[in-house]
Amino acid sequence: MNIYVIMKRTFDTEEKIVINDGVIDEDGAEFIINPYDEYAIEEAIVLRDEHGGEVTVVTVGDEDAEKELRTALAMGADKAVLIDVEDVDEELDHFSISKALTAYFSKKEYDIILGGNVAVDDGAGQVASRVAEGLGINQVTTITSLEIDGTAVNIERDVEGDVEKIETSLPLLVTCQQGLNEPRYPSLPGIMKAKKKPLDTIDLDDLDLEEEDVEAKTKTIDRFLPPEKQAGKILEGEVDEQVDELVQLLRNEAKVI
Amino acid sequence: MNFTWTDEQLMIRNIVRDFAQHRVQPEVPRMEKEDRFPKELVEEMANLGLMGIPIPKELGGVGLDFTSYVMVIHEISKVSPALGVILSVHTSVGTNPIVHFGTNQQRQKYVTKLASGVYLGAFSLTEPGAGSDASALKTTAVKKGHHYLLNGTKMFITNGGAADTYIVFAKTNETGKDNEISAFIVEKSFPGCKVGKLEKKMGLHGSNTAEMVFEDCEVPAENLLGKPGEGFRVAMANLTAGRIGIAAQSLGIAEGAFHAALSYAKQRKQFGKSIASQQAVSFKLADMATHIEASKLLTYQAADAYDRNQPCKKASSMAKLFASKTAMETAKEAVQIFGGYGYTKEYPAERFFRDAKVCEIYEGTSEIQKIVIGKHVLGENT
Repeated sequence: MNIYVIMKRTFDTEEKIVINDGVIDEDGAEFIINPYDEYAIEEAIVLRDEHGGEVTVVTVGDEDAEKELRTALAMGADKAVLIDVEDVDEELDHFSISKALTAYFSKKEYDIILGGNVAVDDGAGQVASRVAEGLGINQVTTITSLEIDGTAVNIERDVEGDVEKIETSLPLLVTCQQGLNEPRYPSLPGIMKAKKKPLDTIDLDDLDLEEEDVEAKTKTIDRFLPPEKQAGKILEGEVDEQVDELVQLLRNEAKVI
Repeated sequence: MNFTWTDEQLMIRNIVRDFAQHRVQPEVPRMEKEDRFPKELVEEMANLGLMGIPIPKELGGVGLDFTSYVMVIHEISKVSPALGVILSVHTSVGTNPIVHFGTNQQRQKYVTKLASGVYLGAFSLTEPGAGSDASALKTTAVKKGHHYLLNGTKMFITNGGAADTYIVFAKTNETGKDNEISAFIVEKSFPGCKVGKLEKKMGLHGSNTAEMVFEDCEVPAENLLGKPGEGFRVAMANLTAGRIGIAAQSLGIAEGAFHAALSYAKQRKQFGKSIASQQAVSFKLADMATHIEASKLLTYQAADAYDRNQPCKKASSMAKLFASKTAMETAKEAVQIFGGYGYTKEYPAERFFRDAKVCEIYEGTSEIQKIVIGKHVLGENT
């Protein structure tokens, strides 16, 4: 089975994020594999161990992303590919990334492509779906269970807390939701083996793309942090009065009822 | 001189840090409360390959350098010093002696299982009457046919009871020399090997410290480790590695206590501002941070010398002496910064305080480290 994973390097949202003039300060940031992509990598490895074949992890980014690719290799992926866009002058957005990935996959033979449901940084959830559209293949998002028998695929997906059961077929693109699996930690022997696994770097030329082809369709005007959390409010007085006040506050201030 | 980590070491550090925060941290309260050996965590460590980091690949280990192993103990001890010492004792003194002094048969039989974490290792030197003066031990091993019969009692055995194999030191009488000590590989399942009482300790809850009793314990002759009479050499050779391991554990304790105190000091407000902005507290934090940095340099310098096969007895004693003192001082000041809260079990400061003390005691007391360092300084031990 030819198994591919689309991975994004993202900053660690558990760490403090500093924004200067609408740009995230990368100096103090810790970078990780997007946690939803970890589900995709884990599932890919499980699929390979069950059905045979090979897992290739692909990312679009710059040289710094090699670290996260190596981590994916250490987890157990077989190959890694970096589509290097560091020298591209155009601003890039989700369209650009998906365009590059679509061009990459259109030259490959694949049975299944896995991605994360969303990236924890911008939370757009666009790239994987755009790739499936670009390739003209089946896609199922937010999956929580995956079973493959021949080319028949049974999937459970998370629909706002409910479960939807879907039957589909390969070739297929899925995006992975929390609950699909428990991603493994790379083992130390895995890290040692990862050093010897292939990590290829290609650029837009190799994909027969011009810079104009990946020019962003959107423009980011600004980025800012959410307002700081306010301290809680403690109500006082008789219980009846407190309940009345609480209802008023929930209705008029919080506007939740 | 190069103070940078390799990419590989950074990747290992990140993974171990993540493992410590997300898998180990949630277990810490239970380990504290129940003082129960964390078998499941040790199994998880084995799955990650952490139980045989510096052991050669052909013996089932990962084949990484000693420095990477020290870094792992350091990281784990920031969260759980108890788990740190389980790993340190298992590797430095539970497995290493067989790697260095074992026959091929012994290595194949034991090291492969220890390095993969199928077995847990321990080291049995200390006795009720033989602590710092290891040569005073009374346990005896007498050869009877194809066996040695071991008799005696060992004390304060880290991993005791939980471990599958023990490097046991006993008096033998085969070379005709006085005070002959030999080392043996003893399996817990050997007839006559009994786990005695488990000590109730001030700290390091979850890590076993047990008495081991040998009553006509039958040890096959081929389990003699090294040559007859080579026991003291076996013990001393591996104490160096053990001391660097404990220095790393101390470093973890110091950093764990420091970071807890630092974040508390930043958020705790008195007299209208954070206590961290009071000079009395910021000076404490500055001293803690400086001593930690110095401990780190000594510890990794010793580890690096060990990796390069350079003499590191003095360096390991210095690292252990200084880092354990730093752990104790830092934890003490952390309790002080937490104030009344620091004296409660709600906050981690008191746990680090209790965990730190033993670092000045085991794997050679601070006084013993000074004797070692003193001899080197005076040129008596070159």
